[in-house]
Amino acid sequence: MPITGDRKIVEELIFEQSVSGRAGIPLPSSDVPRTEPETSIPSALRRRAPADWPEVSEPQVIRHYTRLSQLNYCIDTHFYPLGSCTMKHNPKVNDRMAMLPDFSALHPLRPHELSQGVLEILYEVERWLRELCGMDAFTLQPSAGAQGELTGILVARAYHESRGEKRTKVLIPDSAHGTNPASAATAGLEAVTVRSRPDGQVDLDDLRAKLGSDTALFMMTIPGTLGVFEPQVREIVDLVHRAGALMYMDGANLNALIGLLRPGDLGVDVLHVNVHKTFSTPHGGGGPGAGPVGVKKALEPFLPVPRVVKEGHVYRRNLDYPSSIGKVHGFQGNVGILIRTYCYMRLQGAEGFREMSENAILAANYLRAKLAPLFPKMPKGPFMHEVVVSGEGAFANGVRTLDAAKRLLDYGFYAPTVYFPSIVHEAMMIEPTENESRETLDDFAAAMAAIVEESLTTPEKVKTAPHTTPVRRLDEVKAAREPILRYRRD
Amino acid sequence: MFVPHTEGQKKEMLRTIGVRSFDDLLEGLPKDLIRPPLDLPGSMSEMELVRHMEELAKRDHLAQSYLGAGAYEHFVPTSVWALALRGEFSTAYTPYQAEASQGTLQSIFEFQSMVCNLFEMEAANASLYDGASAAAEACLMAAKHTGRSEVLVPDTVHPQTRQVIETYLKHSGVRLNVLPCRGGVLEPSTVKKVLGAGTAALLVQNPNFFGCLEIHVHELSKLVHEAGALLIASSYPVALGMIVPPGEYGADIAVAEGQPLGLPLGYGGPYVGLFACKMDLIRKTPGRIVGQTVDQEGKRAFVLTLQAREQHIRREKATSNICTNQALCALASTIHMSLLGKEGLRRLADLNFQKAHYLAGELEKRGFPRTFDRPFFNEFAVKCPVPPDRIEELLAREGVLAGLPLGRYFPALKDSLLICVTEIKTRGDMDAFVGLLENVCR
Repeated sequence: MPITGDRKIVEELIFEQSVSGRAGIPLPSSDVPRTEPETSIPSALRRRAPADWPEVSEPQVIRHYTRLSQLNYCIDTHFYPLGSCTMKHNPKVNDRMAMLPDFSALHPLRPHELSQGVLEILYEVERWLRELCGMDAFTLQPSAGAQGELTGILVARAYHESRGEKRTKVLIPDSAHGTNPASAATAGLEAVTVRSRPDGQVDLDDLRAKLGSDTALFMMTIPGTLGVFEPQVREIVDLVHRAGALMYMDGANLNALIGLLRPGDLGVDVLHVNVHKTFSTPHGGGGPGAGPVGVKKALEPFLPVPRVVKEGHVYRRNLDYPSSIGKVHGFQGNVGILIRTYCYMRLQGAEGFREMSENAILAANYLRAKLAPLFPKMPKGPFMHEVVVSGEGAFANGVRTLDAAKRLLDYGFYAPTVYFPSIVHEAMMIEPTENESRETLDDFAAAMAAIVEESLTTPEKVKTAPHTTPVRRLDEVKAAREPILRYRRD
Repeated sequence: MFVPHTEGQKKEMLRTIGVRSFDDLLEGLPKDLIRPPLDLPGSMSEMELVRHMEELAKRDHLAQSYLGAGAYEHFVPTSVWALALRGEFSTAYTPYQAEASQGTLQSIFEFQSMVCNLFEMEAANASLYDGASAAAEACLMAAKHTGRSEVLVPDTVHPQTRQVIETYLKHSGVRLNVLPCRGGVLEPSTVKKVLGAGTAALLVQNPNFFGCLEIHVHELSKLVHEAGALLIASSYPVALGMIVPPGEYGADIAVAEGQPLGLPLGYGGPYVGLFACKMDLIRKTPGRIVGQTVDQEGKRAFVLTLQAREQHIRREKATSNICTNQALCALASTIHMSLLGKEGLRRLADLNFQKAHYLAGELEKRGFPRTFDRPFFNEFAVKCPVPPDRIEELLAREGVLAGLPLGRYFPALKDSLLICVTEIKTRGDMDAFVGLLENVCR
């Protein structure tokens, strides 16, 4: 690991490497007669001092960011069993195709006659999603899953309003991701929590009691955040529809369903898809993603504009949807990510998606079997995309799930998602995806067994983990109490 | 594809699980719906895919473009994406386990620092989806902070940004009041007429959609603050190498479309929303924020912080529903900003200014006067003797995108074409472009 002369610093900030007067990249000199800015721009509108950006050479920049990259765990270097985040293999060819110069050069306001290649891709991505999800129409505009949720809720709201109905509540199970209620609130609706039973399934009595003529949507993650396919789903859809509400599916966990079961066939009215999960686009350390939203026919008129349409052999951006909720992205969405999505679709093919889901399910259940002897509260399963375990009763001497997660880093694994869903105490969500080999899964289970053993013999070692990462556990309280959010020159 | 298990291993794994066949694992799924027939093609090999994609890409090849209007064609040094697409960055997740994510976290801290310095603002977040949603989030934040319910947005702000703001505000209880402007800039008198105790914020875009500098920003800032409202400023990052940064005229929130800093046009995305504010607003900010701290050995380290604002903790009471930022785009921008450096940004801005003023001057001489006689940076509208839609069509045949016919958004400007020039155009390119324009307008 690169450690500089100062032992308290892993890698200097780029600002700390700056030397006044040093330049990174040369710019060409001007080839036109000079116009002095002073002649047209009044001094109050001109910048006085240049932006204080670092002054470094290109080799410095290369070394600095390469070294920073080496401080990360990532899919390319480690098993990354982050539950519900679906850290699967990201094919390199997809990046290369998305960066082809003729795609990179496409201005978003180009006339459609000059954008036929990219429009065909977008049209095809929609077609694939429609077919795979059993929905009637898609928008590709949302930039991420969360924006997809907001879009889906706004579309549903517009649908109800077009029918003269004022429905203000969004019912959400207590096992849901925090984005669901946050998106409902952003759409101006009230989030109402529906209880789960101890086994994680939706409490139907509570759902019945809360469903009413004011319910706009029931939002449900399928398969659920416990990694299980909700067996009552048809009954739930039926209850929701009978109340005149719409069924919203959070597609965060679609990686075990695609090709096996189409949400639309279950009666789902609106869903969003996280392409950085199921469709393998790189997570990028936290974006960019894309969050396409699919709907049934009755909701199509409300989707964002522009929509991609095909007329004869010509693709067009169509703005003429008077009932549309408008726009959620400055242009037409994260096209570079959608090109990667398209590549992944073509690489998998219809059969490949089925194989993908089946092997994701196989891996999760295999991991459950391997981990079962270690976790006394292990649910029976079967699981879909991930296995959710509780650290309670597994670790001794006050070792907690967080400690075990940190210790996994020392064993060469990224940590699973921890303390979510909140309905499971000391939760660990472990998602292996279809890509991890049995050998890796065995190694992971062995590491977990070693940590359980360490909690008996050397608990301090676990409680103070990690020991081998570039930095040790951080003082997060200090970070929040005395926020230092930027570099300042002394 | 990409499945490592052999048939033999699969059988062994099923045995370990304790089921006889794979389908036993699907017991909870509705039997009648499993494995539906799919009307989709089979898989392609990588080789076939590459050929297919290259054919699609080639279809829309064009020689040159003078389109700007919110997305700008700047030169991107090779190092930017050679570094950003390293798997260690691109295939990592949001840095929840800080000990194993210092690369991403430190680069975001550097990004926040550079964004602050660009805007001359006190604090910045880790980025938002794009410039348009950043503007929309800023409007919501201003309304929450002031407890007021109207946001003023002049029509000199990009029409598509206004559309996104409209979508975000529609059900928030905050009213969007669009101010019509004449003469290409927002006049203080227009604001005075509507400014009041209910005004949460004024949003200005500088340079604005027409490429004009909003020449009254200082006065507008004073007016808005006297009324107890906030000023939200949207900027074009490259222009800030020359023109006054929002912090200097008192902006409370500064946003920008960060695409010009290292991101390809890419048909509209992914881009990156820059978002900065005064320090006293930071706890109301949407999105991720990275802070500096120490580890248990006293080593400097970086971590996601002020998370009590966010959806995974606050659920429906969060400051925004956003989860991710645009980390990889922010990283590319950070690398681009490092390569440019202090002097590079100033020189880049100057090059843009020089080239655009050369072209504007040449066009003026050939009978294409500027629509607005205002100071501008690298984009300007010209009046054309032939309908701009027609010009666009005719020049496209020559492999050139002429610019944006403004009539598409502003019927009153149906004779105007919005033209953008960046550093990538040479004098020869521009002389040829003037010749083409003259030809089609003859």
